[in-house]
Parts: sequence; C-alpha cells; structure tokens
Amino acid sequence: MDRPPPAHDPAVTDRWHVVAPAGTACATTLLGEPIEVCADGSVRVAGGGAALAACNAHGYVWASFGTPLALFDIAELAEPDRRTLHAASIGVATSAPRAIENFLDMGHFPFVHDGILGAEPFTEVKDYDVALDEAAGEILATRCRFFQPMAAATSSGGADVDYIYRVPHPFCAVLYKSSGLDPSRNDVIALFVQPTGEESVIAHMLLSLLDDNNDDAAIRRFQQTIFAQDKPILESQWPRRLPLDPRAETPIRADKSSIVYRRWLAALGWRYGVIPAGG
Amino acid sequence: MASERQWWPVAASDEVVPRHVFQATLLDRPLAVWRADDGTLNVWEDRCLHRGVRLTLGTNDGAELICRYHGWRYASGTAGCTYIPAHPADAPAQTIHNRIFPVREAFGLVWSAAEAPAGEPSRFDPAATLVLRPMPVAAAPADVAAALGAEIGAAPAGLHLAAADGTAEYFIQAAGAGRSIIRGLAVPEGAALAQLARHNAALSGLRDAIEATAPPVAISTAPALAPAPPGYDPGAPGEAGRATPLRLRVAERTTVADGIVQFRLTPVSGQLPTAQPGAHIDLALPGGITRQYSLLNGPGETAHYAIAVKRDPASRGGSAALHDRVRVGDVLAASRPHNSFPLRRDAVATRFVAGGIGLTPLVAMARALARAGAPFAFHHFVRTEGELAFRKTLAALGPYTPHVGHAPAAAEAALNTVLAAPETPQNLYLCGPPAMLDAARRIAAANGWPEARVHFEYFANEMPATRAGAFTVALARSALTVPVREGETILAALRGAGVPVESSCEQGACGTCVVRVLEGMPLHQDVCLSAAEREDHIATCVSRASSARLVLDL
Ligand code: FES
Repeated sequence: MDRPPPAHDPAVTDRWHVVAPAGTACATTLLGEPIEVCADGSVRVAGGGAALAACNAHGYVWASFGTPLALFDIAELAEPDRRTLHAASIGVATSAPRAIENFLDMGHFPFVHDGILGAEPFTEVKDYDVALDEAAGEILATRCRFFQPMAAATSSGGADVDYIYRVPHPFCAVLYKSSGLDPSRNDVIALFVQPTGEESVIAHMLLSLLDDNNDDAAIRRFQQTIFAQDKPILESQWPRRLPLDPRAETPIRADKSSIVYRRWLAALGWRYGVIPAGG
Repeated sequence: MASERQWWPVAASDEVVPRHVFQATLLDRPLAVWRADDGTLNVWEDRCLHRGVRLTLGTNDGAELICRYHGWRYASGTAGCTYIPAHPADAPAQTIHNRIFPVREAFGLVWSAAEAPAGEPSRFDPAATLVLRPMPVAAAPADVAAALGAEIGAAPAGLHLAAADGTAEYFIQAAGAGRSIIRGLAVPEGAALAQLARHNAALSGLRDAIEATAPPVAISTAPALAPAPPGYDPGAPGEAGRATPLRLRVAERTTVADGIVQFRLTPVSGQLPTAQPGAHIDLALPGGITRQYSLLNGPGETAHYAIAVKRDPASRGGSAALHDRVRVGDVLAASRPHNSFPLRRDAVATRFVAGGIGLTPLVAMARALARAGAPFAFHHFVRTEGELAFRKTLAALGPYTPHVGHAPAAAEAALNTVLAAPETPQNLYLCGPPAMLDAARRIAAANGWPEARVHFEYFANEMPATRAGAFTVALARSALTVPVREGETILAALRGAGVPVESSCEQGACGTCVVRVLEGMPLHQDVCLSAAEREDHIATCVSRASSARLVLDL
C-alpha cells in the first residue's frame, strides 16, 4: 500500500525521525526505505548503502534523509532524580498522524481505557486551551482535565487529573501529568512515532517519572497495557491516513487539539501519512 | 453502475444474531449489519463518522449501536446520533448520522444495495422457493461467477446469474478478501430433499474445480471510501427553513389514563429525523394552532413518534383539538424534533420527578437509561390514581413510585422525602406544572442539590446566556436583512428566511457553516477558526454579533 515518499514533503527533507531505542542494533524501515541502525548510533541505508544523518537524543536514535531542523528539547529529562525508561516499541498498522491524534484524545479514556484512565459515566471532556506556537513550531494544549477513577493509589474516589499536551514535531507528542509525589513537578510520557510507511508505524514510548515504588517492569507493563488497548482501535480506523479536510470526519468541541493539529499539518504542506484537503 | 442499484445478499439471516454486529461486504464496501431487539435490521457503513473507527467493533445494546472509540450512540433504523458522551449536556446535531444502506430480508438472507433498487431481491416467489445450501468458495467473486456461468449456461453478467432454463438463480456474495459464497434459489420440483442434494452435489463439484484452478487472490485491505451520505438527509436546508416540514399520519390513538390519549404518528413518506430523549416536536393542529409535545420514544424507536396528550379543561384549543378532532388516518404537519431538555448521563444515578402529564419527556429519558443499564428512580405525582399514565411501563423499567392525591402540605412533605440529597452526585430531572416545579426546585436547593445537577425544561425565554442579544444580519449578495432573535442562531434565522446554509456538527467545530463577514463585529463562539480567519469569517451555528448588525457575504 505504501507509496514512495512524496518528493517535496517536509517530512522527508527537514525532520529527524526516531528509528530505535539508543544502543540497539537493528534492521528497520524509515519512510518506506529499509535501513540499518548500528549499536554505535550510526544509521545507513540497508545493504551497505549511504549513511544517513543520525543523532542520539532522549534515549533514542534519530535519523534523517535530508538536512533536518534541530530536534525539540524535553527539559525535564535532564533532571537527575527521575526514572527515565523506554517502555515499549510497538508496530501499528496506521499512519503516524492517527497515532498522534489518539495520544492527544481524552474522549476515549472511559471507553478504551475503562477503569484505568477513565470510567463511565464520567465521560465529559471539559473545555481546555490549545494553541499553535508558530515561532516554536509546536502545539500546546493546556488546562486539560479528565476524571480518573483511581487518581492516585491513596485516593478512595475519583478525581480530575490535569494534563498538558505538547506536539513539538508532527510525529511526536509529549504528555505532562502532575506527579503524585510532588504536585509541583510533572511526570512525562512521550510518544515518538517512527513512520515505517505512510500507513504503518512503530510507536516508541518513553516514560520519565518521579516514582520510587514501582519497578521498571511494572511501569512498562502498565504503559504497554494502555497501548495494547489503543492498538485495535487505531488499526480499525479508516482511512488510515489522516484526512486534513475538516469536513472529512465529524469533529466536536472536545476535538479542538485535533482540529489545530490537522490545521498545522495542512499549513506545513505536510503530505506524508495524510490525505491533504481537496486531495 | 447497474450493480449499485441491485439487491445483493450480504449475510444469512441466522448470522445476524441478537446483540451482535456482523461484519459484511457489499461491492467492496465494509458493512456493519445488526438487528435491534424489535427485529429492525440495520445495514450501515462500517465506519463511525466521528473518527473512522469500524462500527463492527462496537456494541449492539438492542436498540442502539455504540461506537467503541468514544461511545457515541446511533439509533437503530436511522443511524442518527443520540448521545455524545464527551459533551453530556449537549443534544447532538440532527445532521450527525452514519451512512445507511437499504435492507431487505428474504429467502433466509439479508439483502442490501448501494442505492435503493426499484424491485425486490429476486423475481422468485418467497413462499415457493427452495433456498439452496450456501456454498463457500475460496476464490474471488468474479472468478466464481465465470465458472458458475459456464456450468449453468448463463452469460457472464456480473455476480447475479440465472440458469438458462429459468429454474434457478444464484448470487455470488463477496465474503472478505478472496472468499465468496454462492447463494442459490430454485423453483421447487418434486421431492425437495432430493433436489437440494442434487444442487449441493453440483455446487460442491464446482467449488472443488474452482479452488483447484483459481489464481491466488491479491488481498486488498482498501475498502471503497463512501462518498457523502445518500438519500436520507435530515439536514436539507430547504426543509429546515420551514417550521413544520414533516408530514405525520396518525397511525393509532390509545387512551392510556383518565383524560390522556397517546398518539402514534408515522411519516407519510421517507424517514423521520432521529429524536433524542427529552426532545419535543411542534405539531400544527386543526384550527391553525401549533403546540409543543414531548416525545415518548425509547431508544431505537425511529419509525414513529409517540406523544401523550391530556385533555385540559382550560385548553385554549391544543389538547381539545387533538382529543376531539384528530382521528386515525389524519395527517398533521410537524417540526423536526428539538431538544432543549437533553438527558445528561454523566452521574452514577438519576432521579426523575414528574407531576401529572409532565412525565412525558421523563418517560423517554427513563427508557434510555434503562436500556443503557444506568440506575435511576422515577417518582410520579398525580391527583387521582386514574391519572397514572405509563404505570406498568415505568414499573418494568426500574424503581417507580407513584404519589397519589396529596393535599398541598402532604405533597411538600412527600417532595421533601423524594428530594433528599444523594450521597454521591446525581442528576435530577423535573417536569410538571409550574407550581410543582417551583416547589420541587426550592426543596431541592434547600436539601443541598447543586444547581448544576437540577434540570427542568426551559422554554424560549430561558435560553442560555450564550444565545443572548438580538441583532440583524444583512446579506450583501441577496440584498436581504434577517433579524436574529435572542435564543436563535444565525444559522436558524437564515434558514427561517429561506437562505440555505450547510451545516454539520452545529457546535462550531467542523467549519461547514462558516461564511465571510463583510462588516460588523462578530462575537466568536466557535473552536474551528484561526485568529486570522476570525477577522472576516463567522461560524453561523454558534457565533453571534457584538454589533447591532453584521453584513455577510451571502
Ligand atoms: S470514532 Fe466513533 S465515537 Fe469517536
């Protein structure tokens, strides 16, 4: 199904893309091209082909076929008292933008993550703010709140949990959630989507937590459970590429962040993994 | 394309079992086929219009199909959206409905078509036809049709074949990538069992031959993307401009309690717009009067509207006209359903308190909650036992308490008990005569119910603040000035004046109703326009004006 990358797509020329957790040697695919990632972090076209621009950041190897823009920063990762770990790399048969939209979407918590991130009948998506910072080239959604049945291990009832979502790259999103240990600081959950093709991805998940109770395996298992619940939904979405025409699907107020995201991709002239408006 | 207007078998009747959503294919389109508890068979596009998730992943609750991703509910019969859980306080726009396909059930098969066919699935008589055993074949439908055509001497003409001697018909049903099912019908001749065995042997032989030679099938995962929804269009602007565009026939009138008559209204033609619990219609009555009546319909009851009307001795014509002059068979003009009393479903329990005939919208709500398995309690206050309409229905749905013939002081005391504050937050729905409503609201407040949890029907003069302030819109191109009243949207005012404007979500999110502003100060309430677009555009479904006049490019 995958077509060759659209020649002048900024996804191909100007961006870094995640290709593997740091320190992994593997054969994988980026934008439809088979590539090889070496343990030293270098990346080349498979079969002994040309070397790609490569860098190591946030615990992952990133590569580019062109001359990429600087990669975004996640300041919290530098704090020494955090547990930062790679939670999972999961292949999903969908486009990268569909995976990002699902990550930004709170409305599905009570239905897809029932009993964990939400619970019926507490289904309301309360009003939140979302804006595109054109200078920084990223989307920020703030004042996001959602009712969670077990907000913290110590609570007997549910409570609203506050979230901040950031989309600093068309295929990457970062979630900040106030920490149970220190409410003035945030746990960070990041989703870096590797576009293996226009309609297939590997979703890499990074966690950076203030947590001294759970072991790494438990933390990973939790995150993998959540993602395993999303995967069949994502794979059933049709079309797989994200339609950028706002009338192609039926957004509601709760989908504000997705409206801004689709608008941003359209403004960037993005073509990879999307169905451009009028196209 | 001829085959678009032809009936195709999409499932066997017994594959569409209760509370299941069957995944089928029609001419490469993925379908969700499901049966409601009342027998209504639904053939829908297998794709939720919200975010494109397959509806076959969803839940069939017997009356509605619930999407797996965000829990949107769609009514059996119309596929109209009745509830969007992310916005529990809002009534979904009537334009939100999934794509539906025509459906027939005959010969033990479910039939559908891309466009409404003129005839019936087969020219054979359903009462005198032998239905052959379905024969699955691991080959693409076109290859099966070619082989079958050669076998029975039929010219290759698509996937519907008739035996040369006219004694049998075959339909090749696509059953997923590279798989087909031969569905055959035959004219009975002699012993049925022997005839079936003969056909079965012939078709088995054919299958083996096809499977031995059929080329491997390229598996395509790309279903055809459906274009805009077909025929049934509840949002046609031409119609929405008129106050009472629906034509309803009185199909039944039943006395359901002392002085209370229930009317069952069916459409003269076409499909009724989907009603949500709490909705009402405006009914034009003999004598030139229009009255509002709440709908009693439960979820998935989309083939009719039901209302109950009490004869009011002080009637200025409404209830008297319905009771005395409207007979079975009469045709009445009605508005589309409006829902100014939406049912929130975001509390762990709900309490309904009705006075007299005010119970009607609450009956529809109780039916919806009962279907969804959401707990509630229903209290009905009446003067005499004979006025307890829907007593049996309500008692069967859940906890139901009638309160009969209380003197005013006793009624206050009973209300005080009924309205004891709950331990965990609940929603309270009130409907009844003004005096009772006032008392109930006062007592609820005194008992500690938060105002936001107390819901009662409000009328035109109590619209939410966001719709406050009247202004006018001038239409530059059509040289028309349209007043927008307080409580009315620009969109509704334009349609009322006969100016068609397209709309979809009616929440200011999709941008369908956006028009250019040439002059004036818009008061934006949408979430879809960028700051730059806001300079000279407005979403007419939600936004208003802060100047007395707006000039629009229409
Ligand atoms: S995709 Fe069906 S409810 Fe959102």
